[in-house]
Amino acid sequence: MARPFTPKVVTGNALLEGDVIYLTEDDTWTRDLSQAEVLTDEAHAQVRLLEAQGRPSEIVGAYLADVRLDDDGPEPAHFREAFRRTGPSNYFHGKQAERA
Amino acid sequence: MYRYDDFDAAFVAERNAQFRQQVARRIDGSLTEDEFKPLRLMNGLYLQLHAYMLRVAIPYGTLRSAQMRQLAYIAERWDKGYGHFTTRQNIQYNWPTLADVPDMLDALAEVEMHAIQTSGNTIRNVTADHFAGAAADEIADPRPVAEMIRQWSTDHPEFQFLPRKFKIAITGSPNDRAVTKAHDIGLRMVEQDGQPGFEVIVGGGLGRTPMIGKVIRDFLPREDLLPYLEAIVSVWNLLGRRDNKFKARIKITVHEHGIDAIRELVEARFNELRPAFTGEDQEILAQIEAAFAPPIFEDRPADTFDAAYHTDPVFRAWVDSNVSEHRAPGYAIAQISLKAHGATPGDASAEQMRVMADLAERYGHDQLRISHEQNVVLPHVHRADLPAVHAALKAHGLATANIGKISDIIACPGMDYCALATARSIPIAQQIATRFEDLKTEHEIGDLKIKISGCINACGHHHVGHIGILGLDRAGVENYQITLGGDHTETAALGQRTGPGFSADEIVPAIERIVDAYLDNRESDDERFIDTFRRLGMEPFKHALYDETGKARADAA
Ligand code: SF4
Repeated sequence: MARPFTPKVVTGNALLEGDVIYLTEDDTWTRDLSQAEVLTDEAHAQVRLLEAQGRPSEIVGAYLADVRLDDDGPEPAHFREAFRRTGPSNYFHGKQAERA
Repeated sequence: MYRYDDFDAAFVAERNAQFRQQVARRIDGSLTEDEFKPLRLMNGLYLQLHAYMLRVAIPYGTLRSAQMRQLAYIAERWDKGYGHFTTRQNIQYNWPTLADVPDMLDALAEVEMHAIQTSGNTIRNVTADHFAGAAADEIADPRPVAEMIRQWSTDHPEFQFLPRKFKIAITGSPNDRAVTKAHDIGLRMVEQDGQPGFEVIVGGGLGRTPMIGKVIRDFLPREDLLPYLEAIVSVWNLLGRRDNKFKARIKITVHEHGIDAIRELVEARFNELRPAFTGEDQEILAQIEAAFAPPIFEDRPADTFDAAYHTDPVFRAWVDSNVSEHRAPGYAIAQISLKAHGATPGDASAEQMRVMADLAERYGHDQLRISHEQNVVLPHVHRADLPAVHAALKAHGLATANIGKISDIIACPGMDYCALATARSIPIAQQIATRFEDLKTEHEIGDLKIKISGCINACGHHHVGHIGILGLDRAGVENYQITLGGDHTETAALGQRTGPGFSADEIVPAIERIVDAYLDNRESDDERFIDTFRRLGMEPFKHALYDETGKARADAA
């Protein structure tokens, strides 16, 4: 039996600002993981990744990141993604500051 | 100090203008990321976890006060008001936007600085002893030679597409403060029969496969340096493993072929190249040397120093740990710790940069140095001025008296910033420093170097730390491996692994147990950690860390 597919989001860094962005369902970019399109089908995920990679003047280094599905939406599956969505731990900079 | 000549200035201006165009073409879509990436890397621009990062070279770690002020200005104007000094005498800005970088580079050029060759498979920023030109033990100032190497290697047509990056370090002192044995080439200035020359060390490096460099030539006459360097780089350029990124560094080439075979090839190539160097390089070196003429040292009393030293214990503690002997009578080398307990190692705010610049201008012959240990140095301060310097530093959180102590930790940016990281380094450094500050045992412990890297690339030099910490990702959890017994000096050695790693919660207690074992086992207060380790080996430390089954001991202490 095939292994269940771990849900994913398309993410990368914005070309101009360099910060972390995620692809949404309606093809915009969001800075907020909870707004990202959660991909639960492997083939569809690959298509969405290709579509993101086809927008090189907006995103750099697009890839699929694993997420866990919580009641509040997608949560990072790995600590690297948790830092990407939050910002550094030594200063209140990056996403955490923008949200505040 | 060395100033750009017309050629240097025109070269940097041209490169900046080119890069401005390249950025514009990337933004308007005419360059793809694949096309743009090598161009931005050539100009020191990385894309990290949260943002772009600009890495600026501080050649041989030397800055004038005007340059430090400009670094502060750039931090405020285009970044978040601070900069991070690295283990390779660079400063990194963590938050620039792409469109701002050309302006940042122009601002750097105004003070004769740039970010060229701080990345990519080129000869990188040449690093030097941070006490160069001031150290009491120095044979000669290594910086003119470092500057000559910078000029020779910058944009060298043969060496723009090397198998991998290439790092050179140089020291003019027998006490190696430049980690020369962990560089692709390490140069140690030596004398033979009254003649100046170099001991040439090759194939050192940390990272995935750490190696201590080997001596390829024990005495190279001074005037043979450039052809000899060129011979080494060109032999490696041909032999180096371009098929495998992890085997491409010269340390692997030396390891695979053996130092004797490499030496033969280098000597043969050197004999071919030598006649092409007809002395012009030596004329240039003589000019560069004139630019590095030492300041005029004053002969004046230091009564103010003596009075403060005897009456002010805070000042005395700072002098005892942060001030080193200078070659000129009455003078001292003062280190400014960027390791306040709980702060991020190597970070300085724009305000702190200005304070340091002002002190250099007022009391330090306008000179500053950046050490590979991520601290700042005022290389030429008269002892009489040390109390005033200390008072000013204290007022800005810069007077931490911990140089060489357990809280003077080297830490790479790790997963708080670095896209390659497997774990964080900065919070571990912060916690260790804070813990030992709370225990108030730092000065009792004495000299102890902790070095932390956030992945096997080892930018935090963990292999050569007395205690090295390497952050890894073990099944999706941060895990920290400890090595003991590393040494970054002239007696360079790689640390040995203690055993299984520790979680982020366990690592600070584990370090504490190692330190307790040292305090219990040292023969006297003067026996440094590294000496106790050399005398007793791993056993007592292993015992402190693990139980009989080899498992990490719970923190019952
Ligand atoms: S050691 Fe690894 S994590 Fe640390 S700065 Fe270097 S590449 Fe990044």
